[in-house]
Amino acid sequence: MIDTFAALAHGMAVAVQPMNLLYALIGVFLGTAVGVLPGIGPALTVALLLPVTYKLDPGGSLIMFAGIYYGGMYGGSTTAILINTPGESASMATALEGNKMAKAGRGGPALATSAIGSFVAGTIATLGLAFLAPWLVDFAVRFGPEDYFALMCVAFITVSATFGDSPVRGLTSLFIGLTLGLVGIDKLTGQARLAFGVPELLDGVEVTTLAVGLFAVGEALYVASRRHHTEEKLEPVRGSLWMTKEDWKRSWRPWLRGTMFGFPIGALPAGGAEIPTFLSYSTEKRLTKYPDEFGKGAIEGVAGPEAANNASAAGTLVPLLTLGLPTSATAAMMLAGFQQYGLNPGPLLFAERPDLVWGLIASLFIANCMLLVLNLPLVGLWVRLLAIPQPWLYAGILVFATMGTIAAKPSVVELSMLAGFGVLGFLMRRFDFPIAPLVVGLILGPIAESQLRRALAISLGDPMTLLQSPISATLLGVALIALLAPFVLKGLGRFKASED
Amino acid sequence: MTSGDPVQPPRRVDRAGIVIAALLAVLAVVLVWDTRVLQTTTMYGMGPEVMPVVVASGLALLAIGNFIDALRGSLPARESADPVPVALILVGLALLIAIIGFGGGFIMATSALFVTTSAAFGRRAILVDAIIALVMSTLIYLAFDRLLTLSLPTGLLERLL
Repeated sequence: MIDTFAALAHGMAVAVQPMNLLYALIGVFLGTAVGVLPGIGPALTVALLLPVTYKLDPGGSLIMFAGIYYGGMYGGSTTAILINTPGESASMATALEGNKMAKAGRGGPALATSAIGSFVAGTIATLGLAFLAPWLVDFAVRFGPEDYFALMCVAFITVSATFGDSPVRGLTSLFIGLTLGLVGIDKLTGQARLAFGVPELLDGVEVTTLAVGLFAVGEALYVASRRHHTEEKLEPVRGSLWMTKEDWKRSWRPWLRGTMFGFPIGALPAGGAEIPTFLSYSTEKRLTKYPDEFGKGAIEGVAGPEAANNASAAGTLVPLLTLGLPTSATAAMMLAGFQQYGLNPGPLLFAERPDLVWGLIASLFIANCMLLVLNLPLVGLWVRLLAIPQPWLYAGILVFATMGTIAAKPSVVELSMLAGFGVLGFLMRRFDFPIAPLVVGLILGPIAESQLRRALAISLGDPMTLLQSPISATLLGVALIALLAPFVLKGLGRFKASED
Repeated sequence: MTSGDPVQPPRRVDRAGIVIAALLAVLAVVLVWDTRVLQTTTMYGMGPEVMPVVVASGLALLAIGNFIDALRGSLPARESADPVPVALILVGLALLIAIIGFGGGFIMATSALFVTTSAAFGRRAILVDAIIALVMSTLIYLAFDRLLTLSLPTGLLERLL
């Protein structure tokens, strides 16, 4: 307890250095500006802005990252409220009531409750992160390679199979990611896999190329393909920006309840802010004193899910920082950000670079405060960004997206891969395959493989080592249950349906 | 549950789903085929060829799963898609790659992508867009080249600056 306060205070001292404050400010500003663009969620925001941080030192870069992460989250909810195009599924619940509020001329209070709710949830959840992390680190130090491998199996299954619409499509996405993760030189034996004699492939598939291709190019192709279906309409922010006393009274409980849903679910390696946001939405709908307002723009329906969304974003940092386990596409991009400096999040990083880790956690607090101060006054600027005509917007997004790749690796092969991943992203959207498992598979697959091989090398090739460690055996059991549960439940549902 | 409605018309086989299943099966074969040249040098534990085979088995199972879904026609409903704008953007990406590949430089390449994408989203003022694109990419080039000192590919236009 005392240690945590000391570490956090030390982190604060790092984070409030003028240069680091500036990095946090730039991160928050860029994150919001990019995140507010329609169709760009936090994962893509982080992926697009990753090249910007190439030239910084790791400390400053991670602090800027924290700002980009929270800024992108906030920007996404602004888009959801004002034009009803949630950049990602976690903002869908916000769009439900938020857009109705904006249509009814209450866009200002909707934005305000989401900003303040995000701040409240983000602060509580970051505190939760600060106190939970050291405890988990103590536990994780005892993990052997076989335990890590089992833990990653749990993450693979929960991210892809357990909570999605279709376990088959989720697992398909995961396995395509695992396949891409195999490309390149095998680190243990130096042999090339799936490189087909192309020298550019020996280094493996770049996570940023994959993410930008899937999210930016894929999204542009998808929106273009169905432009004839929908017309986006930007709701102007009319009337007062501020919340009335009544709004405050109706908002604070949903904020806290949303946080309670978001943080624990985000912290479990279950992945995704979708579940807590919709749990929060349905809870608020049940508990509200104004049930007739739901569906027409109830402020509780914005306050709760927004808080849940932000709290779960901070929650996903718990497994990411303490175990190196990304459980969402955004967290996978954060891990890529660490890896660009050769840093591997996990218990070791807490021991070796406490300044980095705690500086990052402290920066999350600072980024949160900056967002609160920046966003309400600057809402006019963000709204103007939203008003860019769609042709120029997507043309600009594509130029920006390819620019990152051109700057990092200006080769025909790399750009072709970007275009290829764009087509893949388009097809996955069209046929309703989830994208996050693919990104997680690419980034976590090679790590899982090397942990497994290390475990088997230690046990002299005896696979029973996976079951002899109690931690690993338990985790593998959890993974198995998580894999079978959706199929069993589906079978039960079918059984029930036939009984009716 | 999806099977709850008894008066549903019998679903048709989803052809796109069959293609997806076939592609997954092909990918599985490629993975196994690729391992034939790998040498197992490790004494204990697993060599580099094990993981591809494991992933390939998973892909093969998923190909069967997707095949069953396609036969049942239980894929989620899709809205009609307009192929023209998709093709236009892909042409833009192809132009970008070709221009970079043949040393045409950053400004020309990204301008081509900007104009085709903008056209894909329904703009018809190609000349205006081309001017906007050239100005924007020139500014980006200058910002990267002079301020961030990151090198972007240079062509004829860049050398004039």
